[in-house]
Amino acid sequence: MALLAVEDVTRRFGGIVALTDVSLALEKGEIVGLIGPNGAGKTTLFNLITRLYRPNSGCILFDGKDLTRTPAYRIVRLGIARTFQNVVLFQNMTVLENLLVGAHSQLRPFSERRGRKQAVEMLEYLKLGDLGERLPGGLPFGTLKRVELARALVAKPTLLLLDEPAGGLNHEEVGELAEVIRRLRRDFDLTILLVEHHMQLVMSVCDRVHVLNFGRKIAEGTPAEVQANPDVIEAYLGAETVDAA
Amino acid sequence: MRRWASPVLQGLVLAAAVVLIVLLPRFTSEFRLGQFTYVGIYFIALLGLNILTGYNGQISLGHAAFMAIGGYTAAILILGQKGFELAGHDPAQVIPEHGMRALFTIPIAGLVTGVIGYLFGLPALRLAAVSLALATLAVAVSFPALAKRFEHLTGGGGGLSLPLPHAPFGWDISTPHWLYYEAWVTAAILFVVAWLLVRGRVGRAWRAIRDGEIAAVSSGVSPAVYKTLAFGISAAYAGVAGALFAIQVSYINPDTFPVTLSILLLASVVIGGLSSLSGVIVGALVLEFLPIYAQAPPVLHLNFAKQAGPVVFGFVLMVIVLLVPGGMASLIRRITRPLTAALARKA
Repeated sequence: MALLAVEDVTRRFGGIVALTDVSLALEKGEIVGLIGPNGAGKTTLFNLITRLYRPNSGCILFDGKDLTRTPAYRIVRLGIARTFQNVVLFQNMTVLENLLVGAHSQLRPFSERRGRKQAVEMLEYLKLGDLGERLPGGLPFGTLKRVELARALVAKPTLLLLDEPAGGLNHEEVGELAEVIRRLRRDFDLTILLVEHHMQLVMSVCDRVHVLNFGRKIAEGTPAEVQANPDVIEAYLGAETVDAA
Repeated sequence: MRRWASPVLQGLVLAAAVVLIVLLPRFTSEFRLGQFTYVGIYFIALLGLNILTGYNGQISLGHAAFMAIGGYTAAILILGQKGFELAGHDPAQVIPEHGMRALFTIPIAGLVTGVIGYLFGLPALRLAAVSLALATLAVAVSFPALAKRFEHLTGGGGGLSLPLPHAPFGWDISTPHWLYYEAWVTAAILFVVAWLLVRGRVGRAWRAIRDGEIAAVSSGVSPAVYKTLAFGISAAYAGVAGALFAIQVSYINPDTFPVTLSILLLASVVIGGLSSLSGVIVGALVLEFLPIYAQAPPVLHLNFAKQAGPVVFGFVLMVIVLLVPGGMASLIRRITRPLTAALARKA
């Protein structure tokens, strides 16, 4: 059984259809890429899986359980954690406190000490060791992305959703990121769904790739298959080229 | 490097404050003691308001109404049906027959107000910042009229006079001394409770919602649970403060807790420092003494009109908001930072 199964999901905003009958499935332990031009509906799908939005039709099964009736704050307790495209950290809380909020679903009363210890270990794991007492403001963007990743990981998810982890990173950082993502899967036994524009990253870490365009899924397969798919090439290069041909 | 120096200094300041509060009655007149009792009462109300506004980011302009609910709860329980009849009122059937000891009415007032605050928090979940401020303001504005309407519970516009309180259990201290200790022991307990709440999982959830609700939800924090909890606890604090206030003045009427008090409470929280528990003491001192000294400044031998208080209050608020947005707490922190740093370096 697939760990995550999105089945025929449609989501409209007013008259605009953001997603039409989209289906995809993730097997346990996979790293799956979700790509597509701007406005294709990638982040909308993330927001549906994390229940920030509710689908108009279709269902989303995680570990066999339908998420469409689960309140958003319970999603992380079931084992799905995420990062955000524009990095959303708690600005008036220290880096360590940000992680402790991330561990909210893991902490019980009087488990404060254990929670702090695990948060500190996570900071060290992501090479953020000496930043625990700092506020996020003023830290470099790449560092903030790692803090957000750390906040997602302390929730001990089984499925990790990464929304453009390479966005805003320099060339060297993207190289490191690919290594980090592979290491995450190994060290935390994770399944990862990744929205990304950075094709090199997608091609180097993903086992399979799904392609969205105008809210519909137009292709899926291995990175190599998807790259060779004429529909995908058309979506990325634009319809005009085809008309002219 | 400041990691230990700062808590040590905080501990010392706290210890000094406790010693000062305990010893104050030995050095001061009963009149002054009464003023410091009000400081303790305001301290409690401001702690509660700071939990709601400072830590959780929900603005309330209605806390005077919550204080009034606490005050009336205490007054009704102290009098009982017998007390109402003695004062010539016609009591409602829900009121217990016999009056209670004033001290015991304080936690009940807190509980009752807390439950009402929690219930008010449910619809408030749907309101964003400005709408919420207006909704709470509406409560504060309408409360005096409501209190006058339900005469069988509140004694109407004439209010309820309470018996003069005495120290219980045969303690041989004067009434002002007793009221002072009653207020400050309650304040100390509620300070510790607030501190425990704010520093742990609950406090972080409150602050996370304030800083970014969507990220908080995605981290597993339920806004509904924590926002209503903040409302309930905040109202309970206001209720306790209102009960102490009613006991202190031995009287309550619909105008004991006016709308202006709601606004001054919020202003005092900002002056003391949002999301700073220690700043609350500054806020409480300002709330009690600023209007008094604005009217009759010390040393200067001047006497201003009664309206001088609000004017100076407004001026101070503007100066603080413009120059030290973090309130007096951040100003004090800025001043003591070199000291804590020096302490740390020496070690």
